Amino acid sequence: MANFTKLSFKKGELNQKLADLFKGMMEKGVVDALLAPMIQPKRGVMLTLVTDPSHVGAIDPFAPVVPVNGARIASSITAKPSGRKTAMVLRSCEIRALVELCKLKQANLDDVLLIGMDCLGRYENLDFVKLRSDGQSSESFLEKALAGNTENSGCDVSGACKICEFPVVDNVDLRLCIIGTGADALYIESLTPKGDKTLEAAGLGIGEAPAGREAAVQQLVKKRKDDCDTAFAQYRESTPSVDALEDRLANCINCYNCRVACPVCYCKECVFVTDTFRHNGDQYMGWADTFGTLKMPTDTIFYHLTRMSHMSLFCVGCGQCTSACPNSIDLMPMFRAVAQKTQARFDYQAGRSHDEKQPLTVFENDELVEVTGQVK
Amino acid sequence: MSEFEPKIVGFFCNWCTFTAADLAGTSRLSYPHNIKIIRMMCSGMVDPKYVIKAFLNGADGVLIGGCWPGDCHYINGNLKARRRVAMLTEILKEYGIDEKRFWLRWIAASEGTMLREVVNEMTAKLKELGPSPLNRETLDKKTPEKMIG
Repeated sequence: MANFTKLSFKKGELNQKLADLFKGMMEKGVVDALLAPMIQPKRGVMLTLVTDPSHVGAIDPFAPVVPVNGARIASSITAKPSGRKTAMVLRSCEIRALVELCKLKQANLDDVLLIGMDCLGRYENLDFVKLRSDGQSSESFLEKALAGNTENSGCDVSGACKICEFPVVDNVDLRLCIIGTGADALYIESLTPKGDKTLEAAGLGIGEAPAGREAAVQQLVKKRKDDCDTAFAQYRESTPSVDALEDRLANCINCYNCRVACPVCYCKECVFVTDTFRHNGDQYMGWADTFGTLKMPTDTIFYHLTRMSHMSLFCVGCGQCTSACPNSIDLMPMFRAVAQKTQARFDYQAGRSHDEKQPLTVFENDELVEVTGQVK
Repeated sequence: MSEFEPKIVGFFCNWCTFTAADLAGTSRLSYPHNIKIIRMMCSGMVDPKYVIKAFLNGADGVLIGGCWPGDCHYINGNLKARRRVAMLTEILKEYGIDEKRFWLRWIAASEGTMLREVVNEMTAKLKELGPSPLNRETLDKKTPEKMIG
C-alpha cells in the first residue's frame, strides 16, 4: 500500500519546508506540541519541545547529531502524560528504545504522533559543533551521506551508526523518507490510520512510493549488516575472555556515564550507587589481603557484566554509551555483541514490536527444557 | 600435585533443594565437599549479580537448585530463574565462562539421593573441565597479582 506524499524543496530550503509543515499542523490543531531537533540560540542542535507554532522555524531534524537518546526525553514527557497531543520527530534508535520503555511502562504513546526519520548517522557532539562552525549544513551532510560518504573534515559518523541495520524506522505513524527519493525531494509516508488522518488534516495528498527507494534502502541495510558482522567478529576475536574484557575496560573509572546515557538502562536507582556497594573499610582491606593489592575503585567488571544482564535484552545499538565515556572506551561493540546473543536466545529483537513481550517478563512451564535437561 | 578440587557455589531454594540437602545429611548420604551452599528463599531470588560475583571471585562452578516446574512455593519463581539462567549463560559464554560451569537443576525436597547425584556429577564434570579461567588460586604460576573487579 502506497501512502506517500512528496515534499519538493529547493536547495537550502529543506528545514523551511519542514517548518511550514509542522507549523501548519500545530495551527490547524492536528497536534498541540512538537518535540523535534532544533537549532539552539547559542549553538548546537537539541531536541526541543515547542508549544508555540511561531518557534517552529528553528527545526532541523536531519542535523547529524543526537546529544542524548530521545527515548529518554520522550519518557520524561509521557511517563506521566500531559494529555496534550504531541508530534515527536525521532530517529530509529530513539524510537526502538522508546518501544522498550513503553513496555516497561516508562513511556506512553497514547497522545503521541510518532514521526520517524531516515537516519544516515550522527557525529559525536563535539565533532558536530566543529562541522557546524565550519559551515556544514544538514543538507550538505545528507547529500554526501546519501552518496555513501559520511566523512567530513576528518570526522566521521559514530561507530554505532556505521553498523546500524535500521536506517529506516518502523513502529511510527509517519516516516520522513530521504533515502532513495531523488534529489530535492522528501517523501512523507503514512503507516497508520493516525498518520493518514494527519496527512489529510494537513491537506497533503496521497501518492505513490518514490521509485528506487526500496532498492536504495535494501542496499544500505545490506552494507550496514555486513559491516556489523565484521565488527562483531573483530570484537569477539579481541575480547574472548574476562581477562581481555579487563584490558578493554582498563581505563574505566566507574563514573557510570554509560548507564546514564543508555536509553534502556531502566532502573530508577542503579544498585551500584546504593549502600549495597558502599562497602566497609575492612571489606576492602580483606579483598586487598587476598592478593596483597586491590585496584580502586572496585567492582568495575562486576558493574559492566551486571549492566549487560539488565539491558542487553533491550539494547538498540544507539552507541550513546561509547559517546558518553570520558575515557574513550568503545563500549558499544561490547554491549551490542552480548545483546545479539541474549536477544537471539529468546528470538527477541529490541524495539521490533510493541506486541512482543520482554523475555524476562513471561515464562512457561514447558519451555527452555535444555537449561536443566530434566524432564519429569 | 594434588588433584584439582573445584569450588562450586550452590544457591539452593529453601523449600526444595536445601531441604533435599538436609535429607541427604540425615540419611547419611555423603556428597563432595566441593559445594558451598547458600540458602535462598527461592531459586527466583538468585539475582544474576550473585552468579557473576561468584564467578568473578573464582568459583569453578555455580549450581542453582530449584523446585520442579509447577511446584514452586511462590508459584513461578523457578520459571523466572530458568529464563534468567538462559540469559546469563549467553553473557558468560561471551567471556569464556563455559555453560558447563553454570547449572540449574530441579531437585525436590524428597530427592536427597538426586541431590547427591547432581553434586557428584557436577564435581566430576568440573574436574574434567579444569579450573575456571577466573580461578586465581589454582593457576600453576601464582602470578595473578590482583582480584578481578
